Amino acid sequence: MTHEKAKSGMEGLKVKLHDMSLRDGMHAKREQIPVEMMVKIAKGLDAAGVPYMQVTHGAGLGGNSIQHGRALASNAEYISAVAEVVKQATISVLLIPGLGTMKELEEAFECGARSVHVATHCTEADTSPQHIAFARKLGMDASGFLMMSHLNSAEGLTEQALLMESYGANTVYVTDSAGAMLTHEVSHAISMMRDALKPETEIGFHGHHNLGLGIANSIAAIGAGATRIDASLAGLGAGAGNAPIEVLAAVCDRMEIETGSDTFALMDLAEDVVVPFMDHVVRADREALTLGFAGVYSTFLLPAKRAAERFGIPARDILVELGRKKMIGGQEDMIQDTAMTMARERGLLKESA
Amino acid sequence: MRKIKCALIGSGNIGTDLMFKLLRSEVLEPVWMVGIDPNSDGLKRAKEKGLKVTHEGVDGLLPHVEEDCIQIAFDATSAYVHAENSRKLNELGVFMVDLTPAAIGPLCVPPVNLGDLAKATPMNVNMISCAGQATIPIVSAVGAVQTVEYAEIIASLSSKSIGPGTRANLDEFTFTTSNAIEKVGGAKKGKALAIINPADPPMIMRNTIYCEVDGEPDREAITKSVKEMIAQVQRYVPGYKLVNGPDFDGNRVAVFMEVAGLGDYLPTYAGNLDIMTAAAARTAEMFAERILDGSMELKKLEPAQ
Repeated sequence: MTHEKAKSGMEGLKVKLHDMSLRDGMHAKREQIPVEMMVKIAKGLDAAGVPYMQVTHGAGLGGNSIQHGRALASNAEYISAVAEVVKQATISVLLIPGLGTMKELEEAFECGARSVHVATHCTEADTSPQHIAFARKLGMDASGFLMMSHLNSAEGLTEQALLMESYGANTVYVTDSAGAMLTHEVSHAISMMRDALKPETEIGFHGHHNLGLGIANSIAAIGAGATRIDASLAGLGAGAGNAPIEVLAAVCDRMEIETGSDTFALMDLAEDVVVPFMDHVVRADREALTLGFAGVYSTFLLPAKRAAERFGIPARDILVELGRKKMIGGQEDMIQDTAMTMARERGLLKESA
Repeated sequence: MRKIKCALIGSGNIGTDLMFKLLRSEVLEPVWMVGIDPNSDGLKRAKEKGLKVTHEGVDGLLPHVEEDCIQIAFDATSAYVHAENSRKLNELGVFMVDLTPAAIGPLCVPPVNLGDLAKATPMNVNMISCAGQATIPIVSAVGAVQTVEYAEIIASLSSKSIGPGTRANLDEFTFTTSNAIEKVGGAKKGKALAIINPADPPMIMRNTIYCEVDGEPDREAITKSVKEMIAQVQRYVPGYKLVNGPDFDGNRVAVFMEVAGLGDYLPTYAGNLDIMTAAAARTAEMFAERILDGSMELKKLEPAQ
């Protein structure tokens, strides 16, 4: 009788980690990460061997706004400051067409960004051709980023992925913005995409931890053929955060999946730098869990809590209503609008239109 | 009563919706529709309504402009071909209403600056974008009370109402609308955001307007000014409706609007089509009235050397 442990079949796979602490993490900090802190975290990630890190306002290029909050510095300032200190990592940015423009992408490129997530809602890939093509023209690594992927079928996601590939994307992501995808759904969608896309096109997965599945879904994605995984230090990100990168690295080590990153260094960076810096413990609290449960954009968490306070409607009620109305990423204005309408219906707000 | 004869260039969602509005006009008569796809639904509808059609683009129309007395043309194609279309038709003395984001002529939002534009005699006016038409009146109404330091608008559009041209060129939409918030809306700085939502059943067009004003907002005066402006827009877009606000938070004014369409071509959720085509029709009617009463004369523009 042997006592050998079962194998996963993923031993020896290579995965590129893409850190989100300095972009998705901005949401968890209400866009208030000082430049010096970005530089400190970026240096740590770079030294730990993380190959990609995203640096912008939480909503990406063009994100500084009333709708998405104003950051402490401009995207150009953040990107330039980080570009000055990183030695090996590639700096990436987020661009959501309709918010960010090619003008801002060019500026980001001039500041040192060499990779971009061009993000659309998971059914609207055809709003991204000019931005993806422009990124490739600049010589950037370009990912198509299908947000709110839980709202489309595997077949639908594959169709959209093929469109983004046709525009020039060299990677396409399944993006679980609401942290609402279940593990078998991630596997199914990525397997189908893997079969349909060109072999040289990479597949990525971006998880949120609202249902506690950030790591499990990332591993399922790798098993199905994903080679790029987004994650962040101590999960610093919207909602219950992203997959915690130090945990993901540790699990990959145990599974003999190669990340090229130093797990202990990431653990130290998460524990010594990021956790003490958090405004709130990023975890699946009642409201964040509601996001995953009701399929609501993770970034809605903090604005919903603010609207709840101002208009006297529980945040969970607002989030559930936003989910029912099928509001998507970028519609943050509808949080206050929905809260006001609910408050009026409940007799808490007089006077109306 | 004599009507001014018009041509519609572009047989997509906007061109087709506009045709239905022009068919009801007392001073405009749609005579031609121009497309590039012989099988397009728009050209089929136009033929059914008795319009002459061509699928050979604007060049298919040019030989008929004089014999059919076309005096106003609407361009609902794309920013990239508009300049050329406009040049060719201006040379024949045709007044151009531009519904693309090209914006080579003065920008027009009827309740804000149509009166001023009427005093000039441009040969080309631009209708900005659906989001511009839906939000700039509000920015201007706030600005009539207090200086708007910064205005930001968010337009949420149903996926089914956005055609391939807009989708492939979202940056043009963003630039043109942001610019018009400043130029026409009067904000010192403007920013426009667009979101395309695929919910089914489709969501009605929503617009949120944020204005940051100089100093403490005069709540009463701003509320009054905004409500008066809404009534003005409702004269040509009956489905233009205030949902919430004006809400005041520090120096920030927030107004939450909804635009339901008349359902002329696409169903009522596509208020974005309606507000664009209704504004274009209203603008053209004003110029048509001036042509009819002799106060505006269309001149053939000399071809550029």
